[in-house]
Amino acid sequence: MDDSVSLASLSPGQKGKITALDLPGAQKGRVMEMGLTAGTTIEVIKVAPMGDPVQYKVRGGHISLRKAEAALIQVQLTT
Amino acid sequence: MAEALFRRVAIAGNPNTGKSTIFNALTGLRQKVGNYPGVTVEKKTGRFFGSHGEAMELIDLPGSYSLQVRSPDEAVARDLLLGRVAGEPRPDVIITVVDASNLDRHLYIVAQMLELGIPVVVALNMVDVAEARGLSIDLLELKERLGVPVIPMVASNATGIIELKQAVSRTPLPKPERRAQFPIVFETEIAHLAKLTNAPAESARMEAMLLLSLDEQGLRDANLSPTLYTAVTAGQTRLRGAGIDPISAPVDARYDWVATMCSAVVHRRGEDNEGLTISDRLDMILTHKVWGWVAFVAMMSLMFVCIFFLAEPIMEAINGGMAALGNWIGSHMAEGDLRSLIVDGIIGGVGGMVVFLPQILILFFFLGILEDSGYMARAAFIMDRLMSRVGLHGKSFVPMLSSFACAIPGVMATRTIESRKDRLVTILVAPLMSCSARLPVYIVMIAVMLPAAGALQRAGIMLGMYALGLIAAFVMAWVFKKTLLKSETPMLLLELPPYRAPIIRGIAQRMWERATIFLRRAGTVILALSIVLWALLTYPKPENPEATQSEALAHSIGGRMGHTIEPVIAPLGFDWKIGIGIVASFAAREVFVGTMGQIYNIEDADEDNEELREQMRAEKRPDGSPLFTPLVCLSLMVFYVLAMQCVSTVAIVRRETGGWTWPLFQIAYMTALAYLGSLIVYQGGKLLGFQ
Repeated sequence: MDDSVSLASLSPGQKGKITALDLPGAQKGRVMEMGLTAGTTIEVIKVAPMGDPVQYKVRGGHISLRKAEAALIQVQLTT
Repeated sequence: MAEALFRRVAIAGNPNTGKSTIFNALTGLRQKVGNYPGVTVEKKTGRFFGSHGEAMELIDLPGSYSLQVRSPDEAVARDLLLGRVAGEPRPDVIITVVDASNLDRHLYIVAQMLELGIPVVVALNMVDVAEARGLSIDLLELKERLGVPVIPMVASNATGIIELKQAVSRTPLPKPERRAQFPIVFETEIAHLAKLTNAPAESARMEAMLLLSLDEQGLRDANLSPTLYTAVTAGQTRLRGAGIDPISAPVDARYDWVATMCSAVVHRRGEDNEGLTISDRLDMILTHKVWGWVAFVAMMSLMFVCIFFLAEPIMEAINGGMAALGNWIGSHMAEGDLRSLIVDGIIGGVGGMVVFLPQILILFFFLGILEDSGYMARAAFIMDRLMSRVGLHGKSFVPMLSSFACAIPGVMATRTIESRKDRLVTILVAPLMSCSARLPVYIVMIAVMLPAAGALQRAGIMLGMYALGLIAAFVMAWVFKKTLLKSETPMLLLELPPYRAPIIRGIAQRMWERATIFLRRAGTVILALSIVLWALLTYPKPENPEATQSEALAHSIGGRMGHTIEPVIAPLGFDWKIGIGIVASFAAREVFVGTMGQIYNIEDADEDNEELREQMRAEKRPDGSPLFTPLVCLSLMVFYVLAMQCVSTVAIVRRETGGWTWPLFQIAYMTALAYLGSLIVYQGGKLLGFQ
């Protein structure tokens, strides 16, 4: 697991496989219910014009999260 | 509607799946909007008939991703499905709407519905979109694996509606038997806890499951009995001991179940189509660093131009109609109090509100298009950074924007905000945005203030007033988020749905719905208050029957109120006549112009009336100095920017917040703000040597 990085550190176009979600309880549940479960591939699509939030593609849908929350999600880079 | 109901049907699904379109297609115009008892969440129900004419009730549940609750809307959906709402038995069947082009995510809600123990019919919507993306769905296999009826549909052109009606009216409707399997330890804990809840047998399993996956805060908010609380926490501890996270385990289990199902039923034709969709291409422009802003500003400008200019002829027609009606009644009734009540009080007052209906409809038309096309989520996406600075969510932006036209639709648009505190903050600051009703006041006051000024200078002051309202709204939002409604900046978890062509029929239906609510609910309040206001400005009558209108006004309760508050408003530079205008404007701001007209005894006063401006400019204080100096005009405008002077807004805020606490607080803080603002302008201005 040492090659895990935070989702916030990925740039547009990069993909990763979610390894851990360190969000507090209810937030973790909400994020997971939107499809961000461990083992799911997530792709960074783009950063909003003012630098935050970030648009991600996961399970065929587009979701937007702020960097503060993305920093608490660990991913393993895939190519 | 006395006929016996054959079945009660609930319709559920993720947002943006065409749920409302199916609801409208099933029920047509047999819909009604009410409130759930005790809560302010709207309850939308409709009637439809099965294949043999069986009457059924259709309950529209708010769009939701999960039964684990986040917003008041979602709580209602959950409570209704679990039979927690008093007087509302559980529905007999749930239609679950899913987007066929994205089953990977949308079957998640189906997984939850299957756990409720209520018969489920899956409406597989947008099969045409799935087809176009090269996806083929094995319907037989899907039905077999889900164990419930699956109806392929294209709701936008009513394909599959008849089949859906047949499916929900079929007898018997078996309860679902298949569902996602949780880890055995988890199932054991659920079974154990289910016995301890007071819930009826059919919903006990789901209640237990929801309790087990609550976090600490959620458990505290759930108000459990000490016994149950201990049982839940003990269960959670045992689960963690067995290496199972109570929050993620059910989600993981359901998504695993969904993934297995999708790999068996969804087949891609041809090569993996990973190219850019139309939606992706649109996003490249609409959320682009530069073009995104250009598009955003262009769209908002178009909306405002339409609201102001397109609505104007209609508003003038309504005004004209009202005036004609008033004249007609005036010429057919004997002069007297009753005539005055009907013409000045009722037609003047209610008409003053009805006149905003065109703007509200145009606004809702635009909001409907922005919402249904999927752009609204993008607007929230690009604005979120700005809103998060004051502790709000990107979603608070839309209601604030709407409030530039009118605070009423703005307040109504806050329903999409998940957190109650954030929703309240947004409602509290929305009326600070300069609405269209302030426009007549600004126009008159700027004309009085700067008779010789050019258009640019006037526009500059006008813009300044708009900016002042906007800044005040942001500052107050920040203050409320730090103090009274203290809460963390909410997490942003925003779905950016694919762009779709909006369905005009659905938007028209919503505009109609909003129009009737607006006229019926706020209309009754306005009517009552118009009568009260008329009485205040009419009674008691002067003893001298030859008294002029202005003397009569001074003698009336309203006039005396003006005199009474004069010492209070004198530091703002206002005299008792302006005081009457302010008192009268409490019902609606634009009444100020008419009241000034009445006071200065001008027939048919409106903002373009040169005479009124002349007369106001000529008005002197008792010491002979002019009353309406530029400084007084500015102070008065600042007061109108910041004060809560709109009965309709108060009525809507009361309805949306479910009580008088928040509207009264809002009146208090905005009046204080307005007083303070005017005081600073007038006294500060005088100190600096302005007049």
